[in-house]
Amino acid sequence: MSIAITTQIICFTILSLVILIGALGVVLLESIVYSAFLLGGVFMSVAGLYLLLNASFVAAAQVLVYVGAVNVLIIFAIMLVNKKEDLKPINDIKSRRIISTSICLTLLSLLIRVDLTNVWSLSNPQNSIGEESTIRIGEHLFSDYLLPFEVASVLLLMAMIGAIVLARRDVMSKDISTGLPVDQELIEKSSEPLLTNKN
Amino acid sequence: MEYGLDLEYSFNEFLKGFGLSSEIAHIIWLPLPMLLVLVAAVVGVLVTVWLERKISAAAQQRIGPEYAGALGVLQPIADGLKLLVKEDIIPAKADGILFTAGPVLVLVPVILSWLIVPFGQNLLISNVGIGIFLWIALSSIQPIGLLMSGYASNNKYSLLGGLRAAAQSISYEIPLALSVLAIVLMTNSLSTIDIVNQQSGAGILSWNIWRQPVGFIVFWICALAECERLPFDLPEAEEELVAGYQTEYAGMKFALFYLGSYINLILSALLVSILYLGGWGFPIPVELIAKFLNLPINAPLIQVFTASIGIVMTVLKAYLLVFVAILLRWTTPRVRIDQLLDLGWKFLLPISLANLLITAGLKLAFPQFFGG
Repeated sequence: MSIAITTQIICFTILSLVILIGALGVVLLESIVYSAFLLGGVFMSVAGLYLLLNASFVAAAQVLVYVGAVNVLIIFAIMLVNKKEDLKPINDIKSRRIISTSICLTLLSLLIRVDLTNVWSLSNPQNSIGEESTIRIGEHLFSDYLLPFEVASVLLLMAMIGAIVLARRDVMSKDISTGLPVDQELIEKSSEPLLTNKN
Repeated sequence: MEYGLDLEYSFNEFLKGFGLSSEIAHIIWLPLPMLLVLVAAVVGVLVTVWLERKISAAAQQRIGPEYAGALGVLQPIADGLKLLVKEDIIPAKADGILFTAGPVLVLVPVILSWLIVPFGQNLLISNVGIGIFLWIALSSIQPIGLLMSGYASNNKYSLLGGLRAAAQSISYEIPLALSVLAIVLMTNSLSTIDIVNQQSGAGILSWNIWRQPVGFIVFWICALAECERLPFDLPEAEEELVAGYQTEYAGMKFALFYLGSYINLILSALLVSILYLGGWGFPIPVELIAKFLNLPINAPLIQVFTASIGIVMTVLKAYLLVFVAILLRWTTPRVRIDQLLDLGWKFLLPISLANLLITAGLKLAFPQFFGG
């Protein structure tokens, strides 16, 4: 066995172990902050798997989007509303756990079936594109995948507009959390710099 | 343009001369450039710390460090040794694991990004195809480390500092990436080597700064904001937040933050010089000089000469930019958080988008000047 293949196998084993243990930690840990950080670790290891598959552009995009944007935003949101309070105990927790476990197991069996039925080997292993993949991805995004790409961007735009409406209280006449009428003057004041009126 | 020293090839041939297989030779070769770049980064930090002390002293009409070595050149080493032997304190109510992992997560992506910094045609660790995109992706990991250390310190100033750092780096990453994208559009490649080669046609005249003046300024502002340098050092604003996310850190963990921020500054300066100032290129093309002296470009002596000129030019350009950054730090006041976010989202983002569009239009109109 050559050194390159040994290194690949070692890397693959470590990455898969990190993904499996990390993903279990995300689900099972009590502390939501630990779950969020572990999620980042899982995303990083998935990027590592992409690197092993010679898909460096996809790996970098995975790091940029999932670790750099999605995970940072999740952690950011957790820390902005980090209330140290005990959650109310849920009465039927046992049945809920059974239902969610069975749903997860069904999904797992589906994935296993896909794994077993699909033909994974390339028809021509010499034909892999490697570094060319950036150009190929661009070509596909602007030809046959143009519609899904645009639809996804419209979806993101809708989510963004929704978030802005929720965050800007002056769009609505009532406060969402309390139901009280919004004091428009207070909003005006907060958007003004503090020092301008003092001279 | 396939000239220049190929140290890896000659090293491997040299080892094969001793009867080693090419794989073993490759394994012996692999750690060498990494170690070299690590040492270069740390020495660069020492030089920058000394420059910072001396230039700030000059800006404030003081003398600065004077007794540790000639002109105080050994002062940064003394600083480093002091941090190395200090007690490693983890506050009693802090979260030990996250508290330790935070500084590591801040430092490692910055050092990894040195992978793509070229000092010459073959003088870089790895000419990966995604090149500059790797740096953008890696620099997006850093906020997680900052948030982690801010949260783990269990201190309200630390948490606020971490949140500010994350908000700042998220908002400045977008104009940064857009201005890099304009360069990539002109080069037709993400590789840093190709980006420099594209600027090497006519010496100083073909540098990207003349074709991308707006992109240059946007990139420099965003790079300063990503490094959390004044006027954008809100995450550690002393008067408001004690020291931001670094408040509870001492000893070597604090030194990791310190090292990370200075390595990041040097890296940003290097990348500005690669993207906009012609990288390792001499203001007058080396080929012209060789032709003038009637020497063949592939002669060994000329190759050593061009390689050393390349390293000197890259470092010189980077340190000129570091000098500008230090002057900026000691002469400008800090912006407020609302001004910072306004500048990022309402000014730099539209400008960099327009820059990208205009670059694309100019590329279609004048393909010979803006890359075909």
